[in-house]
Amino acid sequence: MTNNVDISRRIFIQTSAITFAGLTLGIHLTACNNKSSKGVDVVTLENSLPIKANAFVKIGRDNRVTVIIKHVEMGQGSYTGLSTLVAEEMDADWGQIICETAPVNPQIYGNKLLGGTQQSGGSTAMAASFELMREAGAVARFMLVNAAADLWHVNANEIVVSNGVLSHRVGFKATFGELAQAAVKQHVPKTITLKDPKDFKLIGRNLPRKDIGKTNGTAVFTQDIQLPDMLTAVVAHPPLFGATLKKFDDKAARQVNGVVDVIAIPTGVAVIAHTFWQAKKGRDALRVDWDESEVLRQSSDEIMIEYLEQTKQPGLPAKVVGSTKDGFAKASKVIESHYQFPYLAHATMEPMNCVAQVYETSAHIWHGAQAPGTDRVNVARVLGMEEKNVSVTTVFAGGSFGRRSNSYSDFVVEAVRIAKAYPGRPIKLVWTREDDILAGQYRPMYAHRLKAGLDVEGNIVSWEHRIVGQSIMLSSAFSAYVQNNIDFTSIEGAVNPPYKFDNMTVELTNIEKSIPVLWWRSVGSSHAAYATETFMDELAFNASKDPIVFRQNQLGDDARYASVINLVLEKSDW
Amino acid sequence: MITTLLINGEKKNVDASADTPLLWVLRDNLQLTGTKFGCGIAQCGACTVFINGQATRSCVIPISAVGEQEITTIEGLSSKVSVAVQRAWEELFVVQCGYCQSGQIMSAIALLKNNSTPNDRDIDNAMSGNICRCSTYVRIRAAIKFAARKIAREV
Repeated sequence: MTNNVDISRRIFIQTSAITFAGLTLGIHLTACNNKSSKGVDVVTLENSLPIKANAFVKIGRDNRVTVIIKHVEMGQGSYTGLSTLVAEEMDADWGQIICETAPVNPQIYGNKLLGGTQQSGGSTAMAASFELMREAGAVARFMLVNAAADLWHVNANEIVVSNGVLSHRVGFKATFGELAQAAVKQHVPKTITLKDPKDFKLIGRNLPRKDIGKTNGTAVFTQDIQLPDMLTAVVAHPPLFGATLKKFDDKAARQVNGVVDVIAIPTGVAVIAHTFWQAKKGRDALRVDWDESEVLRQSSDEIMIEYLEQTKQPGLPAKVVGSTKDGFAKASKVIESHYQFPYLAHATMEPMNCVAQVYETSAHIWHGAQAPGTDRVNVARVLGMEEKNVSVTTVFAGGSFGRRSNSYSDFVVEAVRIAKAYPGRPIKLVWTREDDILAGQYRPMYAHRLKAGLDVEGNIVSWEHRIVGQSIMLSSAFSAYVQNNIDFTSIEGAVNPPYKFDNMTVELTNIEKSIPVLWWRSVGSSHAAYATETFMDELAFNASKDPIVFRQNQLGDDARYASVINLVLEKSDW
Repeated sequence: MITTLLINGEKKNVDASADTPLLWVLRDNLQLTGTKFGCGIAQCGACTVFINGQATRSCVIPISAVGEQEITTIEGLSSKVSVAVQRAWEELFVVQCGYCQSGQIMSAIALLKNNSTPNDRDIDNAMSGNICRCSTYVRIRAAIKFAARKIAREV
């Protein structure tokens, strides 16, 4: 079995080899994955735009193969995973592979599983890249092989590639690096054959990680970026959600040794100094009056009481199956429970930060960007620049879990607003741990109320699930994607349970609060699936059934769920 | 104000106010950025360094209190125990985002220098001040035991 991949010449362009002193391959795919009649995976490429100078693979004369990584490395292994795909199809030596992060260019580096935007999220990096990156490797290999065939006057199909070395039986031998210049002159194939998975040498193996430097202190996170003449900024933020700056006295702050400036910005007062400690001391010395007239005066406990009360009322219909009314009429027992979920901070180990350098008509930012495309849009808007003049360097993120991807690029925008005051001078915005936790962008607080009817045999005959909380999407720039006010991030895990219920409703009530909320880890499933499964346990208990058997009896058609349960059984010695 | 510090075997003169925490002198004055800022209040362990061989949170100790004591950061590791811990971390794929791992490694080395055969409880006690938001704790435990076995074999 082979994977035949058609490549449109128009969309596969050899980019300026001069730029990289080696072979650079850029491809852009709008791939539709179809199954051919023979059950073979065929990737069709269509209607893509020509790319001027972009790349997934670079081969240096020094024989190093650089893989361009389009997904931020935040601990999930994108460096290792994505470069494995390229190395596999190239037959490269794992040791010669190094990684480099992609610049912003959604046309090339966009995520096909997230609407073509350039971002990492939803556990899509591998799924969105599996063919794309293999193809990039396979095409690079093809061109190297053809270059060798020309040079040695032999047939390309007589050339063997192994561990980064091309060879021919009569004794010819060359490394990728030696052939890079010649390879770039080779024609780009129209089709390419990907390896049969049974021939994989690297995919599926535990390989040494490519996000190196994390055990000896040399890995560079945003916090570690050092640039000539760089200043550090710390911001005094409003102490309460909804508070705004009234006035401030910076006399004492300006007297702190090393403090360069104190400036008001829309999100507070920024203290700029040569080092972090100077800036932090400057902030401590600031006297700020906040306008708290619009502040939310409600505690977490009070909000939860409000939400729980709301769960007694019907919400918007997010899912309706059969008739729960009829179902409850047949029930011999009705069980009801409610669940409370608090606001949760991402609390990444590396608090939010960003380095920004703003010129009159251009800007550059450095950070562990989960959504560099979104950041570029927001930075360009705030600075009144053209998007093409805003560039982003993505570095390692010290954790993210969704935090470094938000629709308004909160801390990134704050950094460029400060940097704008110092044209051409790099500014590192550092949030303290306190800033990070107090900034909001939490997984929303939710209240769930579940009610189910059991028949005499203990089967679920009716299922009602009500969810109350803030909508992540409706409070973001992505609100237009929400239809009928049903935000999928509020209900996922509730509307798609592994179980088949003949009578089922899921209802949602969106509440507006001034507390900023954001996706966090598995987003909706972190509360909705949790409530669903916990309630299943309560029902099993009430039905006097083993919770595993109870679930097996209730499973729907997806065989994978049955496999999961069986695996849990096996591993847990239930 | 100029203060002389002894860092990774070298004397370094730094110009910083006496109340500056060691962490920020390492990072901002000496560009030794392997030691991380996580909380600033000695609650997360990301800033762990050795002062005279003792694992210490550098974010809360001002340079005025350091004097000429011997400071070792992640960049200055070279002992057999240190290298064994670093290799174990790599071989067992401990790291995820990696931001806390300098501190984790420092604490693990300090543990193994005092206890060459730590059990789970010893490890949990010694490492409880080092937080990992990616939750690499299980692998950290395994790597510490792995390193301990390796060191024992080489002795």
